[in-house]
Amino acid sequence: MGKHYKVTSGLLGLKTDAVRAVDGVSLTVSKGETLGLVGESGCGKSTLAKCVMGLESISSGRIVFQDRDVSDWPEKALRRKMQMIFQDPYSSLNPRQKIGSIIREGLDIHSIGTRAERRARVQELLGLVGLRPEHGTRYPHEFSGGQRQRVAVARTLALDPDLIVCDEPVSALDVSVQAQILRLLKTLQTRLDLTYVFISHDLSVVSHIADRVAVMYLGRIMEIGPGADIFATPRHPYTEALLSAVLTPDPTRRTERIPLSGELPSPMNPPSGCPFHPRCPKAFERCPQERPELRETAPGVQVACWLY
Amino acid sequence: MSDTLLDIRGLTTRFSSPQGIAKAVDTVSLSLMQGETLAVVGESGCGKTVLALSILGLVPDPPGRVTDGSILYQGHDLLAMDESELRRIRGNQISMVFQEPMTALNPVFRIDDQIAEPLRLHQGLDRRAALAGAVDALALVGIPNPVKVARAYPHELSGGMRQRVMIAMALACNPAILIADEPTTALDVTVQAQILDLMNELKARMNGSLMLITHDLGVVARMAQRVAVMYAGKVVELCEVGPLFAEPLHPYTRGLLASVPVLGDRSELNPIPGIVPGIFDLPEGCRFRPRCKDAFDRCTTLPPLLEAGSGRRVRCWLHQ
Ligand SMILES: Nc1ncnc2c1ncn2[C@@H]1O[C@H](COP(=O)(O)OP(=O)(O)OP(=O)(O)O)[C@@H](O)[C@H]1O
Ligand SMILES: Nc1ncnc2c1ncn2[C@@H]1O[C@H](COP(=O)(O)OP(=O)(O)OP(=O)(O)O)[C@@H](O)[C@H]1O
Ligand code: SF4
Ligand SMILES: [Mg+2]
Ligand SMILES: [Mg+2]
Repeated sequence: MGKHYKVTSGLLGLKTDAVRAVDGVSLTVSKGETLGLVGESGCGKSTLAKCVMGLESISSGRIVFQDRDVSDWPEKALRRKMQMIFQDPYSSLNPRQKIGSIIREGLDIHSIGTRAERRARVQELLGLVGLRPEHGTRYPHEFSGGQRQRVAVARTLALDPDLIVCDEPVSALDVSVQAQILRLLKTLQTRLDLTYVFISHDLSVVSHIADRVAVMYLGRIMEIGPGADIFATPRHPYTEALLSAVLTPDPTRRTERIPLSGELPSPMNPPSGCPFHPRCPKAFERCPQERPELRETAPGVQVACWLY
Repeated sequence: MSDTLLDIRGLTTRFSSPQGIAKAVDTVSLSLMQGETLAVVGESGCGKTVLALSILGLVPDPPGRVTDGSILYQGHDLLAMDESELRRIRGNQISMVFQEPMTALNPVFRIDDQIAEPLRLHQGLDRRAALAGAVDALALVGIPNPVKVARAYPHELSGGMRQRVMIAMALACNPAILIADEPTTALDVTVQAQILDLMNELKARMNGSLMLITHDLGVVARMAQRVAVMYAGKVVELCEVGPLFAEPLHPYTRGLLASVPVLGDRSELNPIPGIVPGIFDLPEGCRFRPRCKDAFDRCTTLPPLLEAGSGRRVRCWLHQ
């Protein structure tokens, strides 16, 4: 239905070319949906996000956005259609710039509208993210973390993007403020028909906001499918272990944790075969020998594991 | 389970700044029982860390100072002790795992030297015995290859390993009380689960007590027997863990629970509006009033910590 953002990237060389931060990832995101990207620190979530945004070059594979290779898009046009929100609302805003001018910047760069129209648009955006008109004349340091994240959201919305990549947008916030921002993102999505790639290490947050979920481990996708499906019946042993470690705010529901042996291996030196095999409670002979590719195990669910 | 190990009464810690003097911890009374885990929960800036630092006499002075109250430990008031008396207790009978492991570990010393120090100081061990004790402590916290890790520097270890080292250091002298300030907040869920299980296991083995500071209600539900909810420097609800989650009484506690997304539950969140006030601009009356949807005229005066049956305490006029 609608447009498809097809993302297919291969072995990725970062600056050093020594790290396989993202490796053989294939996934698609459909218009109007939220794809959640989960996985432990260092598994390559942010790197994948930067590849999608065209901020990190890929050494093989292809990223297609609205039926056109990202590298074929004129830089300026791509920036209008794809925007990103970062974790740290403190460092992502220029401290010497007023809020209004931060939000207006994209409109200025792209010479959209008259001065009066831009000013009106800034007012509209402030309202949209739950800030007051007079906030436009203040500086970032006068705002709380949650308010700064609202500013960051307003800035990304200025150019009417189709896709917003949110990299840990609520991780630095208090739970009450986190809930405010999650609600805001959901409301805006419906209102403006936005598509999100939503990155978080917090599985409860992702299960709340994402329609589909991709679980990453050492730069690869282990399992991808509808959130409702994956959180109810995880198939990959890594997904299972990850979910069993999540604590719920309910003392009567103490789930049995599936222990993982050893430490997370370094992405510099990923294990042979299935990257999860050294820690997998269900590994068997085949796992260290051959790498399993993503395979459809149920409608819309793909799993990279030899058990399937 | 009913012996009081630590009895905090009316503890008040003030900070001075160009804006004046304000209380980060305001007349807090709490007790920690033998063998229990007491969780102290609340959002950023509620005073959780300052509370912990106040207990151990570690509040940075200036700008901070414990100005009122008493903290009884084995019949002695920690607040009346001088630095040398406190040093005998700190790290020995009461120890702390700090919120930031990298600030608490000295980057230029090897791990075993850092763990050995309290052993030499408090247990009078010589260098060799203390270093051996350090390796034992590392093994106790489940570090694979403790002999090798003992000779490492902090930056050579992963976040989860460093947190284990912190716990090993805190437990090296068999303290009666461990105060853990957000011990797993910076860690991945799988590592968090391992560390929490480890803390439970060690607590049971040593029959110690744990004061666990966290903003994470999932951690509270998993670990605590009793919970103190803090808001703007004050305890607003004090309760056993079961009833707290089954029927939170304070509007702040209720709001927190309604704000937390639960795995697999897509129903709408009902966040508390606004943010925690800074200590220099606290509202009049109930400190939660500007964010409280149940506030009424009475709330312009500060409610006391009211009895709410079976040992429960709530600081809210709705429960008078
Ligand atoms: N510029 C770089 N040069 C070399 N390695 C890098 C660079 N950026 C990231 N990496 C490595 O690539 C891997 C993936 O990093 P990435 O930041 O994408 O992980 P992440 O999943 O976003 O983690 P986190 O949850 O901690 O944000 C890590 O092992 C990281 O050390
Ligand atoms: N050195 C200091 N000088 C001035 N104010 C301080 C100082 N340390 C803490 N405060 C203030 O005391 C209040 C309580 O801080 P504290 O660090 O105890 O919060 P917390 O509950 O531990 O928060 P977090 O969850 O962010 O760790 C805050 O408003 C903080 O700004
Ligand atoms: S005392 Fe009033 S303002 Fe405070 S929490 Fe209770 S109802 Fe709300
Ligand atoms: Mg990241
Ligand atoms: Mg703190």
